[in-house]
Amino acid sequence: MTRGSWFHKQRRSAAPRKDIPTGLWVKCPHCGDILFARDVERNLSVCPKCEYHHRLSARSRLDMLVDEGSFEEFDSQVISCDPLEFPGYREKLEHARQETQMTDALLNGYAKIGGRPILISITDFSFIGGSMGSVVGEKLARIMERSVDERLPLALITANGGGARMYEGLLSLMQMAKTSAAASKMHQNAIPYIVILTDPTMAGVYASYASLGDIILAEPGALIGFAGKRVGNQDLGAKLPDDFQTSEFQFRCGMIDQIVHRKELRSTLSAILSLIQKDSSDVL
Amino acid sequence: MSSNPFDFEQPIAELDALISEFKRTAEDPASRQDALQRGIDIEEEIARVERKREEIMRQVFTNLTPWNEVQMARHEQRPYTLDYISLLCDEFVELHGDRVNADDPAIVGGLARFAGRSVIVIGHQKGRDLKERQLRNFGSARPAGFRKALRLMKLAEKFHKPVITFVDTPAAEANLMAEEEGISQTIAINMREMTLLKIPIIVAIIGEGGSGGALGIAMGDRIVMLEHAIYSVIPPESCAAILKEFGRDRARAPEAADALKLTAQNAFRFGVVDEVISEPPGGAHRNVPAIAAATKSAILKHLTEIEKIPIDALLEQRYMRYRRMGVWEESLPAAESPPD
Repeated sequence: MTRGSWFHKQRRSAAPRKDIPTGLWVKCPHCGDILFARDVERNLSVCPKCEYHHRLSARSRLDMLVDEGSFEEFDSQVISCDPLEFPGYREKLEHARQETQMTDALLNGYAKIGGRPILISITDFSFIGGSMGSVVGEKLARIMERSVDERLPLALITANGGGARMYEGLLSLMQMAKTSAAASKMHQNAIPYIVILTDPTMAGVYASYASLGDIILAEPGALIGFAGKRVGNQDLGAKLPDDFQTSEFQFRCGMIDQIVHRKELRSTLSAILSLIQKDSSDVL
Repeated sequence: MSSNPFDFEQPIAELDALISEFKRTAEDPASRQDALQRGIDIEEEIARVERKREEIMRQVFTNLTPWNEVQMARHEQRPYTLDYISLLCDEFVELHGDRVNADDPAIVGGLARFAGRSVIVIGHQKGRDLKERQLRNFGSARPAGFRKALRLMKLAEKFHKPVITFVDTPAAEANLMAEEEGISQTIAINMREMTLLKIPIIVAIIGEGGSGGALGIAMGDRIVMLEHAIYSVIPPESCAAILKEFGRDRARAPEAADALKLTAQNAFRFGVVDEVISEPPGGAHRNVPAIAAATKSAILKHLTEIEKIPIDALLEQRYMRYRRMGVWEESLPAAESPPD
């Protein structure tokens, strides 16, 4: 499928979603302003009025982040089944595949940023909330191992509402262990691992591979945290700061290296890659 | 026996009460004489009711629903980590503090002697009474707890001691302070470091294996799990509250418990645990010495096996254990080749 036809499909099928600008006019979920959809899209899906960073599909992210035409996908043949026969899961998978034209919530591949070869892995929130089941875990493990084998840095963009995919029960929990184990291989082999947290990054994802980057960046205003309101085992209502579980909150707590505006993401990433990788001019 | 028995425990609790009444009668010479005169052999009566109780217990416990297993795993009389440490180990010196800013009582740990060798033991600790429950934060660890655990694991590595961990937590703490101190970071780092730790690690799931809060001390070479313990990605109540399949209704947690496949047998079936340790009739709390002996022998068996494996091979096995986790399919072999 060509990229053009994919966009066409996406626009049509994603109509009821509030997080992706659709139709001629779009209401910003943050400031409530009615905006001309094309203006938002031209502005990298950032609200021109309030700077709200709209959620993006994995493909649109790719377009704005990597060198044109440099992306080559792999691991797309890894697909989810329903090991627990969990009520509603098969239908959800089917629906998500139709809607996103992806095989699961993760897009893995080779790409270049500023001419520099990297591996890139991008989560698509619109595939069951970007949640991590066996397939996401397996694809992450594969790309991490590939980064070690081919000594290529890995850039990973998260967008996972609920963290682990509970329809896969304990198996999804184990993906936290699996991805952290795989990240240990990169850690041992000094493979640069750069994580970009986008809205939202929560729970099992934030508490595993997303927190293990050598460098952790975040888009402004993203929801980032451990337990969602409905999961928490106690009342979180008391005296929470207004920006609780946002990029800004996590930055203040020392969990994030930089909050980067979407329009500067590519250049920041490019600068980090050029500085962190071994270079012939390095003294050591 | 139990102050607040669950529904399925009710018939057992009634017989418990009857047996204690008979025992009181047996201990009182006057009542005993009285019973004899009426042709009742009190010892025989006790034995009869005890047999009956065994039988009912067997019936009840072979038919536990997943939700019953959740209740059992959370049973307030269930032995906790410090109980196991004192019953399984000959000596124990507790070590405190994360060397950053706190000591979290929800995770305990220290040096111990286990079956003749010195080890580091670590585990979530729940409280027995209200006061201790609050002190222990119901076994929900905050970042300081996970940092303490990692510190003790590094100590174990430095001095070549195996690590034994006991897992029993509803979940990691999720309040403002936990978030500010990086609860997600500490859990993630523990998992990464436990993958690399150059000493044998044995994990025993003794009660609640509550998602990330469990995993933060639960990666190892061998995992054993008690029969009535649970291991779950999310508490069934929260799962029911989130999913429309359960009407977003917490009260439908029993259905969610069923769907989540969170029992020990399922964990074994999925390859997450290596052995399920049978509990005494009625559950671990009804015969603590028996469950302690069974747990000790299981841990010892696995520890003896993995101690023989050269550390590099053990680390590779540990890595592969987690690398294989999950169930997926591979569809059409799409032609793939790296770009040149």
